[in-house]
Amino acid sequence: MTELTSLTIAEARRRLDAREISAVELTDSHIDRIGEVEDRVRAYLTPMHDRAREMAANADRAIGAGERTAMTGIPLGLKDILCTVDAPTSAGSKMLEGYRSPMDATVVRKLREQHAVFLGKLNTDEFAMGSSTENSAFYTTHNPWDLERVPGGSSGGSAAAVAAGEAMGTLGSDTGGSIRQPAGFCGVVGLKPTYGRVSRFGLIAFASSLDQIGPFTRTVEDTAMLLGAIAGHDPKDSTSVPVDVPDYVAALTGDIRGLKIGIAAEFANIEGVEPGVAVACEAAYDQFAALGAELIPIELPYSKYALPTYYITAPAEASANLARFDGVRFGHSVDGGSVLESYLRTRGEGFGPEVKRRIMLGTYALASGYYDAYYVKAQKVRTLIKRDFDRAFEQVDVILAPTSPTVAFKIGDRSDNPLQMYLADIFTIPANMAGLPGIAIPCGFSEGMPVSLQIMGSAFDEATVLRTAHAYEQATDWQTMPELSVARA
Amino acid sequence: MTLDLATVQHIAALARLGLTEAELERMRHQLSDVLDHISMLQEVDTSDIAPTAQVIQLQNVVRDDVVEASLSADDALANAPRTEGGYFRVNAVLEQS
Repeated sequence: MTELTSLTIAEARRRLDAREISAVELTDSHIDRIGEVEDRVRAYLTPMHDRAREMAANADRAIGAGERTAMTGIPLGLKDILCTVDAPTSAGSKMLEGYRSPMDATVVRKLREQHAVFLGKLNTDEFAMGSSTENSAFYTTHNPWDLERVPGGSSGGSAAAVAAGEAMGTLGSDTGGSIRQPAGFCGVVGLKPTYGRVSRFGLIAFASSLDQIGPFTRTVEDTAMLLGAIAGHDPKDSTSVPVDVPDYVAALTGDIRGLKIGIAAEFANIEGVEPGVAVACEAAYDQFAALGAELIPIELPYSKYALPTYYITAPAEASANLARFDGVRFGHSVDGGSVLESYLRTRGEGFGPEVKRRIMLGTYALASGYYDAYYVKAQKVRTLIKRDFDRAFEQVDVILAPTSPTVAFKIGDRSDNPLQMYLADIFTIPANMAGLPGIAIPCGFSEGMPVSLQIMGSAFDEATVLRTAHAYEQATDWQTMPELSVARA
Repeated sequence: MTLDLATVQHIAALARLGLTEAELERMRHQLSDVLDHISMLQEVDTSDIAPTAQVIQLQNVVRDDVVEASLSADDALANAPRTEGGYFRVNAVLEQS
C-alpha cells in the first residue's frame, strides 16, 4: 500500500492545499490500491476510475485557482443506492441492473460541486435490506479484517472500502443500522445523522420515515468534515429540516469534562451480547469517566420493543415504496401478455428473497384485517420509544451502547435464518425509530475482529456526538487498518 | 402461529409478487417466525397513545407554485423497457369484447 491510501482526509486536505500532493496523485494511488485488494474485498459494484481521474484533474485546477472546500480532490465512494448521472445505480438489485438515473442525488450534487472525486459505486444488500451484503444480487463483500466474514450491511461495501484503503471516505444509508453496524464490523467510523439533517433526494427509498444518508471514514474528524459537506436543508426533500449546519470540526474540542453520559440498563440486559463485546464496551464507559464525563444510569423501558416495531414499520413503508417497480417506466421488465401477469412476473423475477420477504411482511401489516393490530400498533409503540429518549435527553447529553451484539459473523452463518439476521440490529434500530443521530467508533477487538461503541445524541446535536467520539478516539488507540492493508506494503 | 397457504397467496397477490410454490411455502414459515417475534408488541398497553408516523415536527411543507425546468420526455423515457411515440407502452388495460 502506498502511504497516500492510509492518510486521513484531514491530512490529505492539508497536503493538497500545500500543493505537496495533487488530487490526481491521490486518486491514482487509490485506484492502484483498489487494483491490489479488490479481488479479495469486492467492495465496489461499479468502478468510475476514468471519471475519477477527470474529476481529480478538475479538483487540481480548482485548488490551483484557490477554490477549495473540505472535499476538493478527496477520493470517495458512494453506496450504489445513491443516484448518479455518470454511473449506473442498481441498489444492489437485478431489478435496477443497468439503470441510469437522469439526476444526481442531492448529496452527490453537493460533493460534485465541491470537486470531490468519485471512485465508484459500492456494494449493498438489495435495496439496503440486510446486515451482511449477502442479499446483494451481485456478490457478497468480504470483511477486510477476515475475508471469511461479512462486512456488515446493508452499507457493507462503503465500510469495507474505507477499512481496506480503497477510499478515504464513503457515503452509505442507515434505516435500522445500515451505516453503524457495518462501520462497527469493519472497524471504521460511521455516522447516522438526525432524520432530516441530510437530504434524501436521490436516495432510492427503503423506509421513508427512517432512511438517512451518512458518512464512513477512518477518523471522527474526517466524519465531521464529510458530514459538513453533505448536511443541510434541501427544498427537494420535504422532510429535510431547515436548521443551521454548525461547523462540526470546530466542535471537536477534545474536552468532555462534565458531559453527562447515559447508560441504559435495558441495553446491558439484552441477550446474545458476546462477552468480548460487553467487556470492550464496559472498558470504553470507564474511559469516558476517566476523561471527566459523568456516567448516569438511565431507563429506556420501551427500547426492547424497537426491533419488532421496526419489522412492521420498515417493511410496511418498503412495500409501498417498492410498488413503483412495475416494469413500465424503468428497471427489469417481463411482458406477461397482460398488465397483471406482467407485474407478477417482473416483480417475481426482479426482486431477491429478502426483498420479497419484506414486501410480503409489509403488505401483511398493511392489509385489511391486520392494519390496526400490526401497523397502527407499531406506530403507537414508536411513540413510546421516542418518549423514552425524550425523557432520557432531559438528563443526559449522549447515550452509550454497543453498536452490535457481536463482532462480524462468518459469511453464510445467518443467511438461512432471517430472524437471526434481524437481531444484528438490536442496538441500532432504536435511534432510527426516534430519528436520533448515532455514531459507531472502534473501541477494541474480540476474536481479532473490531468491536464498536455507539454514541447516540439528541435530535440535531451531531456536534456533541462527534465531540464525545473524538475525545474518546484521541485518548485511545483502536483506530487501525487491517493486516490486508499492510500485507502488501 | 403458522400462516396458512391461502393467506400467503392472498398477500402475494396484493403485493403483485409472482411467487413459485416453493417460495410460497418457504415464505409461510419465515413470515410466521417473524410475526411470532413481532407479536410481543401485543403486551404493550397503547390505549391512550397517539401513533407516530414520522419524528420531525414539520407539517405541510409547501413551495411557491412556480414553473421550473423539469425532466425532458427523452430523459423520462430513457430507462423505459418499451416506449411508443414518446409514451410508455403497456399491455392493454381494457379487454376487447
